[in-house]
Amino acid sequence: MKNYFLEITEASIEFPTPKGPFKALDKINLGIDQGEFVSLIGHSGCGKSTVLNIVAGLYQATEGGVILEGKEVNEPGPERAVVFQNHSLLPWLTSYQNVELAVKQVFKGSKTKAEMKDWIEHNLTLVHMEHAMHKRPDEISGGMKQRVGIARALAMQPKVLLMDEPFGALDALTRAHLQDSVMEIQNKLGNTVIMITHDVDEAVLLSDRIVMMTNGPAATIGEILSIDLERPRNRLSLADDPQYNHYRSEVLRFLNEKQRKVESFEEAKNKSEKTSTSSKVA
Amino acid sequence: MSIAAVLKQPLKPLLTIYDEGITRDQISNFLKALGLPIIGLLIFLFLWQQASNSIVTSLGNFPGPSEVATQFKNLVAEHKEERIKNEKKYDRQRIRNEKKLANDPNAEITWREYKSRVTFFDQIGTSLFTVLCGFIVATIIAIPVGIIIGLSANTYAAINPIIQTLKPVSPLAWLPLVTMVVSAVYVSDDPAVSKSFLVSMITVSLCCLWPTMINTAVGVAGVSKDLNNVSQVLRLGWMTHVRKIVIPFAIPMIFTGMRLSIGIAWMVLIAAEMLAQNPGLGKFVWDEFQNGSSNSLGRIMVAILVIGLLGFLLDRLMLTIQQWVSWDKSAIVR
Repeated sequence: MKNYFLEITEASIEFPTPKGPFKALDKINLGIDQGEFVSLIGHSGCGKSTVLNIVAGLYQATEGGVILEGKEVNEPGPERAVVFQNHSLLPWLTSYQNVELAVKQVFKGSKTKAEMKDWIEHNLTLVHMEHAMHKRPDEISGGMKQRVGIARALAMQPKVLLMDEPFGALDALTRAHLQDSVMEIQNKLGNTVIMITHDVDEAVLLSDRIVMMTNGPAATIGEILSIDLERPRNRLSLADDPQYNHYRSEVLRFLNEKQRKVESFEEAKNKSEKTSTSSKVA
Repeated sequence: MSIAAVLKQPLKPLLTIYDEGITRDQISNFLKALGLPIIGLLIFLFLWQQASNSIVTSLGNFPGPSEVATQFKNLVAEHKEERIKNEKKYDRQRIRNEKKLANDPNAEITWREYKSRVTFFDQIGTSLFTVLCGFIVATIIAIPVGIIIGLSANTYAAINPIIQTLKPVSPLAWLPLVTMVVSAVYVSDDPAVSKSFLVSMITVSLCCLWPTMINTAVGVAGVSKDLNNVSQVLRLGWMTHVRKIVIPFAIPMIFTGMRLSIGIAWMVLIAAEMLAQNPGLGKFVWDEFQNGSSNSLGRIMVAILVIGLLGFLLDRLMLTIQQWVSWDKSAIVR
C-alpha cells in the first residue's frame, strides 16, 4: 500500500433535494504524490468542482473521505489554498491588502511585520503584479485579478494548491500568459496542484496526470492518463510534438466516447417511444 | 476616493475646458442643464402667482412668490433686530456694573443672562440639532440590530414580524405615548434638555430607524458565497469575519438605509415639533397658524420652502457621504 501525500478514498457525496437525495459523486479514488500537478477534466456538471470542494473541506463527503499527510480532512484551511473561478477578491481592498489578509491570518506570530511585507511583495512579484499592488479590483483586468487570487493562495504556503477553473473566465491570450506563469511557479516552488479545467490543451500542457471524470450524476473517475512530457514545457515546440498530440487525442476520445455512449442509450429510448406512439395512432 | 479627489470633482469640467477648449456640444449641454430648470422654475412661479391671486382665504390671499419674498425679508430683519436688542441689553448691563465698581470697588456685581426671543433662524438651528440627535440615536440602535438579524436567519425570523408591524406607524400616533413616558421618567428640577426636545427627538428616532435597520440586514445577509468560502479557507474567527468581510461588504447598503432614514427623520421632525412644541420650524408654523395675522400665510409659506430646502440639503449631504463610502463601482449612486 503506497502512502500518498493526498489520498481520496471511496468518496461519495449525496445532496438532499426536494425531489430526494441527489448523488453527485460515486466512489472517487485518487492518490496524489507531493509535487504532482493533477488536472481534473470532464463535461460540465459532472462534479469536478464538487471533488475539489471536498478536498478543500468546503463540502463533507457523505461516504469515504480525504486524507492529507496522514490526517483526515474535514474542514477548510489555508494548507489547502483555493483559487476560485471568480477571483473572490475583496472589492474594497487593494491587491496588496487582499494578499495581506491571508498572510496576516496564516503567519500571525511567526513572521514579523517587515517579513510579512517582504513575503507579500515576493508573492505578488511571482505573479508579475508588482506594478499594480496598490490598485483595487475594479481598477484591474480579469487576468490581473486572477493573478492576485493565485498570489493570495500561494502566500498561504499551502501543502496543496486547489484551482477551480482559474482561467475559465479569461480570453485565450491571457490564459496562455497565466498558464506560463503557473508552469514557472510550479517549476520554482514544486507545489502539489489539483486544477480543474475544461481546456484539453491546458490539461496536457500543464499536468503530470490527467484525471478524466465520467458524466454526472453519480460521476466517478473514468480514466487517468499519465503525461510523460519533459519539463520545462514549451507550448510552441510541443504543438508539433507527436507525443503531445497523442495525449490530446486520448483525452478528446474519452470525452467524446462517454458522450456518445450516453447519446446512444437515449437514441434507443426515443426509437422505442416512436414505435409505441405510431402504433397508438394506428 | 480620497477627500482631495472628492473635492476636486466639481472642478474637473472647468479644468478640462481650460486644457482642451470648449465644444459646441458642451455649450449646448451646459445651457440645457442650466436653462431647463430655470425655465421650469419661472413657469412654476408664474402659475403660483396666478393661483395665489385667485385663492382668497379668511386671512387674505394665498401667499404668492412676491408675498413670500417680502415675509422672508421681514423674518431676516426681525432676527437682526433681536440680536441687536440683546447686544444692547448686555452692553447696558456691563456699563451698570462698571459704574457700580467705580463707585464702590467692593460692591457685589451680578451678571444676568438674558433670554432673547427665539427668532426664525434660531428655530432652524433647533430643528437641525433635534433631527441630527434623533438620527444619530436611531443609527446607533439600527445598525447593530441590523447586523445581528442579517447574520442569523433565525433571529431575523423571530424579529421580522415586530419590525414590519412597527414600521408603518405614524409619528403622530407615537407622540401621546412618548409624551407621557417622558413626563413620567424625566423628572428633574433643572433639566439640561427640555422635555419637548426629548419628545421630538425620541419620536424622530422611533420612526426613522427602520430603513437603516432593514437595509443593514439586507446588506449583511447578502455577502456572496465566494467571499464566505474565502473566509472559511482562511479560517477567520467569527469576529474577524464580521469585521473584515461582512461589515465592509454591507456598508453601501447601510448608507443607503441611512439616506432613506434622514429623509423620513426630517419629515417626522416637523410634525413632532408641531405637537410637542419643541422650539423649531414645526412650532413656528403652528404658532403662525394660531396667530392668524395677515402675514401668517406668507410666513408659513416661507417656512415650507425653508423646510423643503433643508431637507434637500440633508439628502445631498448623505448622498455625498454615500458616494464617498461606496466601493461598489457598478452600483449607480445618485
